[in-house]
Amino acid sequence: MAQRRLAIMAMLAPLAALLLCGCSPLQPWVKPYEREHLADPIMSFDPNPVSSTYLDHVFEVREGARGATGSVGGGCGCN
Amino acid sequence: MRWRCGIRARTVTAALFALTAVSRAAVLPDDRADLLFHDWDGGGVTVEGPSILVRKKVTDSLSLAANYYVDMISSASVDVLSTASPYKEKRTQGSLSADYLHGNTIYSLGYIESNEPDYVSRTGFFSVSQSMFGDLTTVSFGFTRGWDHVGEDSYRDGHYEDGGRVTTWVGDADHRNWQASLSQVLTRNLLLGLNFETDESDGYLQSPYRSARYLNPEGMVQTEAQVTPNTRTGNAGSAQLKYYLPWHAALDGSYRIYHDTWGILAHTLGAGYTQPLFTNWTFNGTVRYYRQSAATFYSDLFPFEDSQNFMSRDRELAQFQDWTLGLGASWQFHPGWPRWIEKGTLNLSYNRLHVAYDDFHNFTVGGSPSGVPLYGFDANVTQIFISFWY
Repeated sequence: MAQRRLAIMAMLAPLAALLLCGCSPLQPWVKPYEREHLADPIMSFDPNPVSSTYLDHVFEVREGARGATGSVGGGCGCN
Repeated sequence: MRWRCGIRARTVTAALFALTAVSRAAVLPDDRADLLFHDWDGGGVTVEGPSILVRKKVTDSLSLAANYYVDMISSASVDVLSTASPYKEKRTQGSLSADYLHGNTIYSLGYIESNEPDYVSRTGFFSVSQSMFGDLTTVSFGFTRGWDHVGEDSYRDGHYEDGGRVTTWVGDADHRNWQASLSQVLTRNLLLGLNFETDESDGYLQSPYRSARYLNPEGMVQTEAQVTPNTRTGNAGSAQLKYYLPWHAALDGSYRIYHDTWGILAHTLGAGYTQPLFTNWTFNGTVRYYRQSAATFYSDLFPFEDSQNFMSRDRELAQFQDWTLGLGASWQFHPGWPRWIEKGTLNLSYNRLHVAYDDFHNFTVGGSPSGVPLYGFDANVTQIFISFWY
């Protein structure tokens, strides 16, 4: 009986820990002073919107797929 | 009569303004102006023109943007050469948008209008972007609504210029588009971007200039008007990773999957490398691979007239693949005058595109239906642009 109670407690312990963690604010695992590299312009997903807009437009009008590019689109269907 | 595809100002254009700040949440986009000249040369088509994008904060929490874009089109593509005459045409697109910052949230609102002689498109969009978890996570949602007016041009007495053009309006198309995206800081060197988009269209969705081919009882190839469904729903999902390399360079990779109710399944793979060099130079290289299956109602040659309810030979709906190799260079400078300009960049971008169709034959070379080669083409895509931050 004691073993069974111990097993139940062992199974519930991680859940209880998770619940307790949920009561405290989530701490950023990358501190603001550690974001020097991420702030570098070369890390931008879309450094030149006017250029990526045009390129997405080029592909979109010649391919069947569209969307979810994370940035841009456009629309000349010329052939 | 010419044969070509109408120009569709896709609804996702809205994302230009809504989601570009995805990795820099709770901060309005930089004040900047871009003047770009673009040039496409390939497949018998040249498209060139300028694009101007200006963005400016008018208060600490409100940023406005305006874009003007022009396509000057000269087409003698395989579709045009097989059934009609080359043509020239101009498309203009203008847009206005506003971004409002409130706490950790950015609200974006905008309007886009595209005009050409036989296609008018109007689009409105709204999006909201929220930063959370110590700015490690940014979540964005957007909605776009588009209204298109579709026409068909014909020309009097072979005058293929504006003066001889007669436009007949043939239908309308409506578009609704929902976007969701997540940007996540994974480590001090690694960023993740996830995007999902659903696009729903109804109305006149086909090109009035394209036709279906079939064999008549005598074995000769003939054409008839193509018919496509009047609804289309597509879903796209993508993931992007960007990694900062120890020697001050960046590596990125992306994958996108797309599927729609017309039966097209597409995969897109991309990779890029960015390397700053010397004091003011940045170079980058990209590679992109795309492959799609054909729409269920597509055929290069139907067995007989009216053999299906829906019939199309739009090569955008065929099975094909394309490769793109890109190179870019950017030079940063600091002009002494005028003083309100903080910095500028002069940029050159070149992309080489190769498209190979699996079930679209080049009938312009003649011969029997079984002896016609598959179609493919190469294209050069060049951009020159100058940007200023102020």
